[in-house]
Amino acid sequence: MDYHSVSTFAQSYGLLYLFGLFIAVLVYALWPRNKEKFDKAAHIPLEED
Amino acid sequence: MNLLWLAFTIICALIGVMLSAKAVDSTMMLHGMVFSIASVLSAFALIARNYRNINTPGLADANGSVNYNTEIIKAGVIASAFWGIVGFAVGLVIALQLAFPALNFDLPWTNFGRLRPLHTSAVIFAFGGNILIMTSFHVVQRTCRARLAGDIAPWFVFWGYQLFIVLAATGYVLGVTQSKEYAEPEWYVDIWLTLVWVVYLLVFLATIWKRQEKHIYVANWFYLAFIVTIAMLHIVNNLSVPVSLAGVKSYSLFAGVQSALTQWWYGHNAVGFFLTAGFLGIMYYFIPKRVNRPVYSYRLSIIHFWSLIFLYIWAGPHHLHYTALPDWAQTLGMTFSIMLWMPSWGGMINGLMTLSGAWDKLRTDPVVRFLVTSVAFYGMSTFEGPLMSIKAVNALSHYTDWTIGHVHSGALGWVAYISFGALYFLTPVVWKRKSLYSDALVNLHFWISTVGILLYITAMWVSGILQGLMWRAYDAFGFLEYSFSETVEAMHPFYVIRALGGALFLIGALIMVYNLWRTVRGDVREKEAGALVLNMEFAGAR
Repeated sequence: MDYHSVSTFAQSYGLLYLFGLFIAVLVYALWPRNKEKFDKAAHIPLEED
Repeated sequence: MNLLWLAFTIICALIGVMLSAKAVDSTMMLHGMVFSIASVLSAFALIARNYRNINTPGLADANGSVNYNTEIIKAGVIASAFWGIVGFAVGLVIALQLAFPALNFDLPWTNFGRLRPLHTSAVIFAFGGNILIMTSFHVVQRTCRARLAGDIAPWFVFWGYQLFIVLAATGYVLGVTQSKEYAEPEWYVDIWLTLVWVVYLLVFLATIWKRQEKHIYVANWFYLAFIVTIAMLHIVNNLSVPVSLAGVKSYSLFAGVQSALTQWWYGHNAVGFFLTAGFLGIMYYFIPKRVNRPVYSYRLSIIHFWSLIFLYIWAGPHHLHYTALPDWAQTLGMTFSIMLWMPSWGGMINGLMTLSGAWDKLRTDPVVRFLVTSVAFYGMSTFEGPLMSIKAVNALSHYTDWTIGHVHSGALGWVAYISFGALYFLTPVVWKRKSLYSDALVNLHFWISTVGILLYITAMWVSGILQGLMWRAYDAFGFLEYSFSETVEAMHPFYVIRALGGALFLIGALIMVYNLWRTVRGDVREKEAGALVLNMEFAGAR
């Protein structure tokens, strides 16, 4: 495992993997059906006893 | 379980005695002794606790609500206030030393070189760290609706962390340092902190594990990212080989440019995950709580979290522009720093817009003023930071006071202000008081320290840019126009102004401590009685 193979891996699969994860986060956060769940979650600090 | 803790303290006491007896240098002799005394005191505390026969607290108190651990929060409030004052005071001393070098007193222990890490560690790790541990323990309990996990473990985290601070600070004054910025403590103190930090992570995770709320509130994500990342950074950057197991000196595993890159990978992510992610956890709980409105956009908070995590970790190389670090790595650091504008400003907008419909509170509640101003400073310093990471700008700003000004607009404006807001909020809550002792004093604190910050950062901007321009000024023959000592002389008036700003900031913090102390005693300033902003959780308060 030399420098060249590590950097090739990082610049292709590594980049795609992290970018893919980020897209997944965006989809999760913006998915219309999740709205209700997030609205409820936002109220957690205000509802405590 | 108690017996295991007791055995642990006895083993620690023995290790301390052995280190002290076999020590190859005087500091290890002292630190071994301190460690062993602290362990013996903990053993006594454990035994005394057993005789006081405290019943293991049940899940719920008489009213059927969760029996939160507030004692640990009270201890955290006191410790953060104490270390805050110490850190700000040492900062003022070294600011005065820069303006008037005679104040070094020609003694090794009071030399600027030793007091400077004392200041940075006291404000970041002692003040900031106690604030983070304390607020994370509060927020995780409340938003999970579960008592903090563990009986002794949270107290081990608290006292173990104070011991780390004492060992680190006394080491600096006695000249013990790894010479790595913000990672100065030597190997044995690093190992101790690692142990404390792992228990901290376990307490936090176990509390989340037994939560009664299905969703894990976003503030906890930020806290968790802070705890996990700091553990990783701390362990990697402090990999070293001690010269002797009974001596303070060690050598780092890294050398040359690798050492520099590891150090600034650590250093910048200490800013990103200690001073940003952790304090964003405070923002996402305490601002909604204080203004009694849910966060502006929960979706934005999720995107804020993940983009911050994805981007921050790559930004470190911008500390090494125009060095032996390969050019592509410098450009990578710069690019990721600039991309950080997006999550930073997304987060700032999210914090500020939480007030929409409640902006009047900015006028009526001085604690909200602290919280909102802190978010504004967050926006300003996270705009300035990426700007300074651009190579062309960095050529002017690096190694100058501009950097110091930038750091303090973040540290005083963002970190300290959101901490003050949290302290003002928490004190009446955990001591069950109807309100603070005085809102007028909060207001006074706000204005005195805001003037202090403004004096500080404007002085450093002017001085930094002046310094940068003087260093790169050439005359008609291509020679440098100014000698280095001429540039130092030109800084003097700005150093005096900076010290004045620091003094105002310290005075403001002392006013806060007085106000909190009177609040704890249950006093209410007579002139303001009836007009104070009420603690919304004041059922059963006096």
